[in-house]
Amino acid sequence: MDKTLAHTADFHDEAPLVTGNLSFHDITEIVSSHTEKKTPLAWFGAFGLALSGLMLMITMIAYLVWNGTGVWGLNNPVGWGYAIVNFVFWVGIGHAGTLISAILFLFRQQWRTAINRSAEAMTIFAVICALVFPGIHVGRIWVAYWMFPIPNQMAMWPQFKSPLLWDVFAVSTYFTISAAFWYVGLVPDLATLRDRATGFRRKVMGVLAMGWTGANRHWRNYEKAYLLLAALATPLVLSVHSVVSFDFAVSVVPGWHTTIFPPYFVAGAIFSGFAMVVTLMVVARKVYGVENIITIDHLEKMNIVILLTGSMVGFAYITEFFIAWYSGVQYEQYAFTNRMFGPYAWAYWTMMSCNLFFPQFFWIKKLRRNITFMFVISIFVNIGMWFERFVITVTSLHRDYLPSSWDYYSPTFVDVLTFVGTFGLFFTFFLLFLRFLPIVAISEVKGVLPEANPHFYDHEGDGHAAEHTVSVSSADGNSAH
Amino acid sequence: MLNQIASEVKATMGIYEAQEDQVYGVLAEFPHPGALLHAAEAVREAGYRHFDTHSPFPIHGMDKAMGLGNSIVGWITLGGGIAGLALATTLQWWIGEVAYPINISGKPFFAIEPSIPVMFELTVLLAGLSTVAGMFALNGLPRPYNPLFYSTNFLRVTDDAFFLHIAASDKMFKLSNTEKLLKDLGGKNIETIRDKGVED
Repeated sequence: MDKTLAHTADFHDEAPLVTGNLSFHDITEIVSSHTEKKTPLAWFGAFGLALSGLMLMITMIAYLVWNGTGVWGLNNPVGWGYAIVNFVFWVGIGHAGTLISAILFLFRQQWRTAINRSAEAMTIFAVICALVFPGIHVGRIWVAYWMFPIPNQMAMWPQFKSPLLWDVFAVSTYFTISAAFWYVGLVPDLATLRDRATGFRRKVMGVLAMGWTGANRHWRNYEKAYLLLAALATPLVLSVHSVVSFDFAVSVVPGWHTTIFPPYFVAGAIFSGFAMVVTLMVVARKVYGVENIITIDHLEKMNIVILLTGSMVGFAYITEFFIAWYSGVQYEQYAFTNRMFGPYAWAYWTMMSCNLFFPQFFWIKKLRRNITFMFVISIFVNIGMWFERFVITVTSLHRDYLPSSWDYYSPTFVDVLTFVGTFGLFFTFFLLFLRFLPIVAISEVKGVLPEANPHFYDHEGDGHAAEHTVSVSSADGNSAH
Repeated sequence: MLNQIASEVKATMGIYEAQEDQVYGVLAEFPHPGALLHAAEAVREAGYRHFDTHSPFPIHGMDKAMGLGNSIVGWITLGGGIAGLALATTLQWWIGEVAYPINISGKPFFAIEPSIPVMFELTVLLAGLSTVAGMFALNGLPRPYNPLFYSTNFLRVTDDAFFLHIAASDKMFKLSNTEKLLKDLGGKNIETIRDKGVED
């Protein structure tokens, strides 16, 4: 064995993506059995809770539609409140799924296979929660279709110079592409469920799996399509939160009118999304016994991303201050001083500590591999990122150019309960997903096992892709995978 | 002539025509991805073209072993992307310039700069959707009926089994010879697949 081979072996031995020495069949069994067993009582409990949250949201929306947006806490300088805060919060969370499934795919980060399915599901459900708010914030929801370029009897068309309209296109495109990407990824796994099922369930899964047989002629187009979708979704995911930030940045409000917004919003979105993935996965991997597939190494890698993006976001907060001071613009300087020491200082410092300070603990390896600790931090980050949007929206508006119109914004019970209700909506979908669909991408996880490499079996199956004389494909360098 | 082209196109999707005696093809199981790769290579070298391997996950190097070129999905994506860009440009120009011109602080009714976000989004939207649709179309999916589903052993293809299927529509196909070839290559559980045309 020469040096190069020894090196290759070391590289592969570094960190197994799947622990517990699982075979292909074990992976099928672990993941599928949860969709096939009798529904546990605890699931019904959780689902009931989520459903009552959803009912709460629907009730609050009905109350809003009946009475108008006066039931919200909006006042004269603060014309944007909880609705936009919650919208940006949920869209931000919805960024992790596509980041994991597309960007990490392009960077060949194979650990993504463990979490991409559930993160993509989370993305889709978070975007659904986000889409509730632009729908209802118009007050007269029966005219919500005005947001789309639909021919109508008034011969009226949307204004394409407005970032708010770009947002409609960005978020709805994002939702559609994420859903398509998710379904494409699901097809081989639905075929797995189909082949294990009988009777009516087999028919349902059969329809959903579209007659997938794992044929190589199909895999060929499938892998190409998956790569292309990843390549399309990567700029898309970066564009969506950039466009969301244009909603603010294109205005002339001090505190909003900043060129740093697009990258800063994207970093914040990834930050909050990863925190939400950690929150959900820490619980789900335990409950569903998939600790060997979603390993502690995967969670650690996510915590490193949280540390990185959290520091980027913190850096952006400080840069904003610097630029406000450096610009010499009095209004800009006041907006930022007011953020830090004004009536909303409590929200500002909540944001600062949750987003910049607490994630710094992840520099310590022991802490970022500690399940309880990472769960607590991820909750802090979720809270901190909600407050970030609150700080940006409300503190910039509540003291505008004219001191006589200054006011203090407080949400009403309708604001708060609608927001609480969106968690019901989110968890209703998420629990249905956990119950009925494979929560881990079965075929992708199998594909990253060393046994999946055809050259694993050369050289009498010792796992070293050594013999370069046997097969055709090793000649083109494909074996180094 | 036209029928022949149609059946060749279908064969690229993995949809083959059964012979008059209902024989659809021969299915053999191989123990692992490495064996399947070598078997596919040998079957191709023996001159077969209407064959396919079936596995729970894509196997690296299989396209080359089977002699398949690059997938053409990319061209469909490109077409979708261009259509999306054209749609977004036309839509924004027509609304801004023709259907609903509004003077906002003296800005032009239509300009490229503020139109870029929507152009980008619609390009991605149509490119992505056509990628998905094109992939399914090239694969001949959805295909609810497939004679391979008659094989009980084939149920394991989405779990941990690796199969090679040689279709009866291949010019080289001869039941006894083909079976012997698969056996010599180390295939197990060799069975003849019949297109019965009924629900089981």
